[in-house]
Amino acid sequence: MTSVPGDPSQPREVVLEAEDLRVWYGTERGPVRAVDRVSFDVRRGEILGLVGESGCGKSTLGRGLLGLLPDGAARDGALRFEGQDMLSMRPRDQYAMRGARLGMIFQEPLTRLNPLMRVSDHFTETLRAHEQGLSGAEVERRSLEALRVMGIPPTRYRAYPHEFSGGMRQRIMIALTLVLRPAFVVADEPTTALDVLVEAQIVRTLHDLRATYETAMLLITHNLGIVAEACDRVAVMYAGRIVEIGEAREVFARPRHSYTRELLRSTITLSTEGLEFIGGSPPDLSEPPPGCSFHPRCPDAMQICATRAPRARITDAGSRVSCWAADIADGAPVAADLSAEDRSPLTTEEVLVADEA
Amino acid sequence: MRPDQDPVIEVEDLAVHYRLQGGALARLLGLETRTVKALDGVSLQLGRGEVLGVVGESGSGKSTLGRAMLGLAPATAGSIRYRGHDDAEAQLVSAMSPRALRGLRTDVQMVFQDPGAALNPSMTIERAVGDPLVVHGLASGAELRRRVHEALERVGLSPVERFASKLPADLSGGQKQRAVIARAIIMGPQVLVADEPISMLDMSVRAKILQLMLDLKSDLGLTYLYITHDLASAKYFCDRIAIMYLGRVVEIGPTAEIFAAPRHPYTQALLAAVPDPDPTRMLPRDLPRGEVPDAAEPPSGCAFHPRCPAAFAPCGWEARDLRDQLERYWAGSGLADYESDARVVGDLGAVGTHRDGGLRISTRDPDAAAALLDRARAADVTDPFWRGVTGWRTESDGVRIDLAPGQEPRLRVAPGGEGRVEVACHLHDPSVSHADTPGP
Amino acid sequence: MARRVRTPRVFQTIWNTQGLARYLFLTGVLITGVFVVFALLAPWIAPYDFAQRSVDGVRFPKLAGASGEHLLGTNDQFYDIFSRVIWGARTALLVVGLSILLSAVVGVPLGIVSGYTGGWFDRITVFLMDALYSFPSLLLAIVFSFLLRNAIGGGILAAALSLTAIYIPQYFRVVRNTTVAAREATYVEAARAIGAPPVTVMRKYVFGNVVQSVPVIGTLNAADALGTLAALGFLGLGIQPTEASEWGYDLSRALDDVSAGVFAPAFWPGLAIIALITGLTLVGEGLNETLNPALRRRRLRPVVLTPREEA
Ligand SMILES: Nc1ncnc2c1ncn2[C@@H]1O[C@H](COP(=O)(O)OP(=O)(O)OP(=O)(O)O)[C@@H](O)[C@H]1O
Ligand SMILES: Nc1ncnc2c1ncn2[C@@H]1O[C@H](COP(=O)(O)OP(=O)(O)O)[C@@H](O)[C@H]1O
Ligand code: SF4
Ligand code: SF4
Ligand SMILES: [Mg+2]
Ligand SMILES: [Mg+2]
Repeated sequence: MTSVPGDPSQPREVVLEAEDLRVWYGTERGPVRAVDRVSFDVRRGEILGLVGESGCGKSTLGRGLLGLLPDGAARDGALRFEGQDMLSMRPRDQYAMRGARLGMIFQEPLTRLNPLMRVSDHFTETLRAHEQGLSGAEVERRSLEALRVMGIPPTRYRAYPHEFSGGMRQRIMIALTLVLRPAFVVADEPTTALDVLVEAQIVRTLHDLRATYETAMLLITHNLGIVAEACDRVAVMYAGRIVEIGEAREVFARPRHSYTRELLRSTITLSTEGLEFIGGSPPDLSEPPPGCSFHPRCPDAMQICATRAPRARITDAGSRVSCWAADIADGAPVAADLSAEDRSPLTTEEVLVADEA
Repeated sequence: MRPDQDPVIEVEDLAVHYRLQGGALARLLGLETRTVKALDGVSLQLGRGEVLGVVGESGSGKSTLGRAMLGLAPATAGSIRYRGHDDAEAQLVSAMSPRALRGLRTDVQMVFQDPGAALNPSMTIERAVGDPLVVHGLASGAELRRRVHEALERVGLSPVERFASKLPADLSGGQKQRAVIARAIIMGPQVLVADEPISMLDMSVRAKILQLMLDLKSDLGLTYLYITHDLASAKYFCDRIAIMYLGRVVEIGPTAEIFAAPRHPYTQALLAAVPDPDPTRMLPRDLPRGEVPDAAEPPSGCAFHPRCPAAFAPCGWEARDLRDQLERYWAGSGLADYESDARVVGDLGAVGTHRDGGLRISTRDPDAAAALLDRARAADVTDPFWRGVTGWRTESDGVRIDLAPGQEPRLRVAPGGEGRVEVACHLHDPSVSHADTPGP
Repeated sequence: MARRVRTPRVFQTIWNTQGLARYLFLTGVLITGVFVVFALLAPWIAPYDFAQRSVDGVRFPKLAGASGEHLLGTNDQFYDIFSRVIWGARTALLVVGLSILLSAVVGVPLGIVSGYTGGWFDRITVFLMDALYSFPSLLLAIVFSFLLRNAIGGGILAAALSLTAIYIPQYFRVVRNTTVAAREATYVEAARAIGAPPVTVMRKYVFGNVVQSVPVIGTLNAADALGTLAALGFLGLGIQPTEASEWGYDLSRALDDVSAGVFAPAFWPGLAIIALITGLTLVGEGLNETLNPALRRRRLRPVVLTPREEA
């Protein structure tokens, strides 16, 4: 299941590249730094998982990439999609790009489908809006092909949304997104509202899709297991930043960042033998803590962590990680400059039991 | 339940049927409305001090079972017997008066799935948690305050002053769930029905709430009915597990045995679907197809048969299975096939049940229909559906398809496992012939 | 998860609304405020009583023009127009306030009980209320004031009661429908799970969550109620001139004078009606906009990205 189509030795081209991207919201309490200086890229046909606790900025990043931000929010940095600079693009060009080249899959499929329109009408409308001059037969062929890939039989082409189960509706939504063959899709918790078995089926389908469509995908989820099963790479987000990013297998097998490790440990799995959890809760992003923003909750926190933010570093396994403890453990050059004082454990105030998200 | 435990609650053949509101016209004319069998003959016992997990997909009747234990869902048939304290007489929950039911609710309490919805949005935490005592007239004034503070502290909402005067909207999900638990334990209940208490919480909070529930169990000697769709937390938390599907228990037994050797194909499927973040344990898995069917029209025979990878002759095949089979065939074949076949079977409208058993495809071109069946079968001979088909023949105006007779599997003690596991599946019923029926 | 800030006080929210909406609302408050002052201080502001036709045994002139004694003149019934207009504010606000209060007091509990218990009781009340609601409101008010006039006469209470009958269905419908939704809410089930009897559930769990829409209906109805009251008075079915001063009645009496070229007796009560209706409407719409979540718009605070500090 983890094999990637194509020749793995040949690195595929980068579809989307974010550099030092920021997405902030304006509120009465001042700016909320929901995404703060995030850099990453996604390659053709690759699924990048995005995980982290609630409120760490995952959805904001996903929407920010597509420019789907509420009024009052702002983004800067650099964002290149198929070589074009998205941030300086005119709004109407961005609009034309969404759907056609950039897609989005949401959590609740029913709210996105018009109950009065047949599935076929949804497809016709979508296809005609972006590709003028398609013949009726061509529309039908393309739609049925997309539905077939998602496991919806052709007999249901003219049915109404309410005639489908939740899982089938989500499949239809995905087919609707993919029928335009976008180069990049953001899927924000696409299976959270579904049953466990259906979730597993759809994750499987998403994973297999890459071969057919060569679509790059950012898969946002709470479920680390899903990332391990469906994604090639994973980015771990905390307090608006990507703290670790790398091959999914590598990150889960040998987490370098303390947050990644604690997150994995606190996940209840079939092999859980004792309950572990991270004390405290993610910070208020209008006033993130100084230094490493995880330091108030980090069991490995040192004096340096409270004052200086760790720098991003590429590990031997090719992951990128920002953590002082990882720097020391890996014997990174920056670690050599740290004094004994810097390395001494940080005495944090007792966190309250119920201080949780 | 272990033999050394006496049951606190005994559920026997419990059924809860809901009458669905039909369309306006149907109601006006007094026509038959559809019913959903949310629970259909469930029997189980909840031993004192144990944690019984109830696991299943949505719509399997888990919440209905939990609500019925508190008398919140009306029993259509069967009984729930509650045996409060050791010396107390057993009482029939299903026959209690409204007043007696309210009394029962000092002993059996509930924790809800959505902590954001379970608290009155316009009541402070202090008032919400103390309300059970007020409602039952058990405490007031300083005594009420003391007990509320004690309960809040017990669930970790301390310093109490910081939380007591807050409204639910000011608390995080985990904190709200703690308040809901505080409200549930404040009257010193015997049994706590926890309906998916962690599934709507952030993953990093789940372990904390589960730990709290474990602590409360050992400190207060609680008995839990733990309802969940997540096998991983059930495995860690429960002593015994009941797997439910469409209103019935399909497998029940000690947790360790269920996980070591899941017998029911549905249990196996659920287990296979648990995603595991550990890359060393990731396996390619076989997942059942499809989704939970409409509970108002459950499949005949074994309700799981349309999705069961191991289904065979006696599992209850019917007309819609053939329709599904053809749809699957077309989803895999090219569009051209579908278009020519649709002319023969008219978008599946032609597939029906024969007057005297079996199925029929009504068409003016019986040979084409038979050929379609041949092709569909050849495309996937291993599909369980064909194990139920004993043969077909063309008639003047269609094709007749014979099916093996179906029967409903009953919950029975599974062979092996020291007789502690019960399962409802023909595969584990020695009286059912296991020879696959050969096709034509 | 985002921590929600406690809902700010209503007036602060209104104060914070911006642009035209805010000025309209403030204008409404100002107009209504003037009439409230008139109503409260009527005995001190008005030079004469509302039913006074003479002072020290000297009869007022009929249809007199403005003068030192009669600021706005007198009307054809020898009343002082200025005094009638001021006293009229008291009548109008009293009747409107009383009818809104009474209809809420009847409509809200009825809606809660009907929605919560359901069954045949619900069906019958819904049917009756729908029947009342679909009746033209003025017609209904006329019927009720006829009936009430025989029973309790043509005073303020009778007028308020006839208006009450019109507005009960509005509270009932809104409250009942929110109750039906609230009945299925988990916190109501939770209340049943802790053993609360139905009355407690309705009082403690349902009430607080369904009355939130009541103030909005109340303020929106106020203007309508005032119009109906004036219409009743205009038709001669409302409050009798000796019971209280009522603008609609005065207006209808003055119409003949208009054709005779005397405008003041019609102009001032007419102006008062229009002004107060406008004021109440503006207040009602303003409250509706801020209190009604469906219409509420989030305030925008465009964010400024500060320069990056080098790590
Ligand atoms: N429209 C908005 N205005 C102001 N702040 C917002 C807005 N949307 C989100 N935020 C804040 O931005 C931060 C990140 O939110 P975001 O929704 O991206 O988190 P998330 O990681 O997707 O969480 P979840 O896992 O719960 O979906 C949070 O602190 C949130 O409160
Ligand atoms: N109040 C109700 N009225 C009608 N149908 C209901 C009601 N409650 C539950 N059901 C139906 O009963 C079945 C079982 O529901 P439930 O017990 O909630 O399942 P679970 O908790 O396992 O998801 C579902 O088909 C559901 O739609
Ligand atoms: S940098 Fe320091 S505080 Fe941050 S995660 Fe690493 S060790 Fe913990
Ligand atoms: S009885 Fe057993 S084998 Fe047959 S369908 Fe049901 S679960 Fe599958
Ligand atoms: Mg999100
Ligand atoms: Mg449920």
